[in-house]
Amino acid sequence: MTQEPTPTTSRYLTPFNVVAGIVVVVGLIITVLRFTGGLSTVTHLSDDNPWGIWIGFDLLVGVALAAGGYVTSAAVYIFGMKRFHAAVRPAILTGFLGYALVVLALHYDVGRPWRLPYPFLVSQGTTSLLFEVAACVALYLTVLFIEFSPAAMEWLGLKRARGLVVRLTLLLTIFGVMLSTLHQSSLGALFLIAPAKLHPLWYSSYIPIYFFITSIIAGLSMVIFESGLSHKFFKDKMDEEHLAGKNVVMLGFGKAAAWVLAGYFFIKVIGIAADNQWHYLATGYGAWYLVELLGFVALPAFMYAVGVREKNTTIIRWTAAWTVLGIVVNRFNICLVAFNWYLPSDQRYFPHWMEIGISVFIVTIGVLAFRFIVTRMPILYAHPDYEAH
Amino acid sequence: MSISRRKFLGWMGAAGVVGATSETARAASNKQFKGYADSNAVLHDMTRCIGCRRCEAACNTVNELPAPERPFDDLKVLEKQRRTTAQAYTIVNQHFPDGSGRPPVFVKKQCNHCLEPACASACFVKAFTKTPEGAVIYNADVCVGCRYCMVACPFDVPAYEYHKALDPKIMKCTMCHPRILEGKLPGCVEACPTEALVYGKRDELIRVARDRIHTFPERYLDHIYGEHEMGGTSWLYLTGVPFASLGLREDLGNKAAGEFTSGALGAVPIVIGLWPVLLTGIYAINKRKEKIAAEEQAAAVASAVAQTRDEAEGRLKAAMEKAKQDEDAAVAREVKKALEEAAKARQDTGQTGSGDEGQA
Ligand code: SF4
Ligand code: SF4
Ligand code: SF4
Repeated sequence: MTQEPTPTTSRYLTPFNVVAGIVVVVGLIITVLRFTGGLSTVTHLSDDNPWGIWIGFDLLVGVALAAGGYVTSAAVYIFGMKRFHAAVRPAILTGFLGYALVVLALHYDVGRPWRLPYPFLVSQGTTSLLFEVAACVALYLTVLFIEFSPAAMEWLGLKRARGLVVRLTLLLTIFGVMLSTLHQSSLGALFLIAPAKLHPLWYSSYIPIYFFITSIIAGLSMVIFESGLSHKFFKDKMDEEHLAGKNVVMLGFGKAAAWVLAGYFFIKVIGIAADNQWHYLATGYGAWYLVELLGFVALPAFMYAVGVREKNTTIIRWTAAWTVLGIVVNRFNICLVAFNWYLPSDQRYFPHWMEIGISVFIVTIGVLAFRFIVTRMPILYAHPDYEAH
Repeated sequence: MSISRRKFLGWMGAAGVVGATSETARAASNKQFKGYADSNAVLHDMTRCIGCRRCEAACNTVNELPAPERPFDDLKVLEKQRRTTAQAYTIVNQHFPDGSGRPPVFVKKQCNHCLEPACASACFVKAFTKTPEGAVIYNADVCVGCRYCMVACPFDVPAYEYHKALDPKIMKCTMCHPRILEGKLPGCVEACPTEALVYGKRDELIRVARDRIHTFPERYLDHIYGEHEMGGTSWLYLTGVPFASLGLREDLGNKAAGEFTSGALGAVPIVIGLWPVLLTGIYAINKRKEKIAAEEQAAAVASAVAQTRDEAEGRLKAAMEKAKQDEDAAVAREVKKALEEAAKARQDTGQTGSGDEGQA
């Protein structure tokens, strides 16, 4: 035999699996601590800082980055951009996993997670923007599950059921875009009720619109970012359409992202002008605001444009990663940095390492689930027995 | 798509109007609420407060809260600024607005029982109720523990039982609602030795406060904190020094919390109504474009096919004709050949046979 012997144990003992295994074990331990000792054992949350990174990262960033699902399916099924077809399934899968993990993370954060259906079943607080968020996230998770299901059904050989679901594609896509518009924007609108707590540079009555537009930017960038990663790690799973489609998707989505970022930059500037907040720019918070606006909005807009012009997918890929980071910065600024900005520093929040531990744990579960699914189901390739939809 | 252009433009116009003026949306989405007519309130006159902390002690007793780390008669506690917590619905803070040499001013903090509470507007399970009596009360039986009420409260009042793993509650002053229903005074008001706290009808207390300001203009600022702040509260404050120097924010404005969100809430029906129509429209346009493109393509293909067929037919016909001609020619050639051969044969036999014939 010329082939190297590969005993089963070493096949699973890759560095990635070892790290993922440690993260999962630590995550499970923190889970036990959370549900026995309460939030005070594992978080630095306080009466002044009721929301930490489980909301700032897991909910706000998570939902924004999972926007690739609605952005891609809308482009292909509603706007008829068939050339991006290969990007639909990976984007839907990421979206579905993203939302599922957001809901999982909320189980850690809220006091009585088994009451999460209460807003619908027991007592409807319809004046709350959180009610809108909850309703839309619940519905959209269902929509994403149905949109994702054809891949699972092809894998399981459920031809008839798949045929039924595929016929719903347009309806599901429209419903998905509507729900996404609503909850992406209302995540920002959550902060409308606290004008006294959020720094005036970040507080704006346009904040729902900002959140909606940045979700499009996040969705486009995540699709690019993730397609880059998939091409690196799951190349063997890809068929011709996906291999060939990579550059089409990168250039197309990169171009769209450049435009949306540029538009976002301008309405942000208009927002400052409308509320006449120029004088805040001279403060420390103002400097940080400019870092966000110039470094994470203007710069990537420009870099995307350069990448598309030169047809340089390396630039586009790096810009996508940078933009995703920019989304994290933006959501953290609103939820954590600019929130309670007037409080003395000893009353401010900084995450406990175990809070970070749970967030890493949840992202790891997502990556593992993604790997499990793409190595089994027709996500990165078209199933030979089925016609594309 | 069966919507007429006019109808569609009408919808767009409606969306624009509602989006541009949140007032319209507000009128459509939730009604203006200016508090119950005969509701009660508490007036906290800081010029009378001596910082004895007896209100804190009384509150602890009537609400059966856990015993504090340091006893209530320990006034050293006042040296640090505090806020309400899950163990204390109310706290007294000490301020030196005129410098440390001058006498301090004491402020009692607790829930302000807003007329249009931010906490109630924010809660997605309606755990808070503004009662007709004036108190804003909380129902732990539906609370999910999302803590959005804490984010929303402009006065930083609600606290949370972070140490409880499975049944944490929001903790805040109840204005002693159970005692009010029994006809008693709130615990803290009853315990106050200087009448720095007075309980009564809100309208009446505002009159009382005005009277005091009017009678002792050198003692009071002409401002009843809570009369209009955040749409008005059922806890009112009087003092002689700027409220901001006492930890009572003066930048909150007079709009009730609900007014900040009504625009966004008003947009929901617009998105639900308009988006599917727009998206279906875009889909239809693209579908049509595709269909036209497909038809054009089909037509092109068909004509190409037809052309090829015609050409092919033409060629076939020509070939056939040629073949026929060839065939005819070949037949003619063959016939000619055969005839020639026959003639030749006849000649040959004629030569030999003629002799025979002649012989016969
Ligand atoms: S002070 Fe805060 S907790 Fe009290 S009623 Fe007003 S918003 Fe609610
Ligand atoms: S923590 Fe409870 S009371 Fe507060 S907003 Fe959430 S569900 Fe409502
Ligand atoms: S009204 Fe009752 S609950 Fe509120 S601070 Fe006074 S004693 Fe405490």
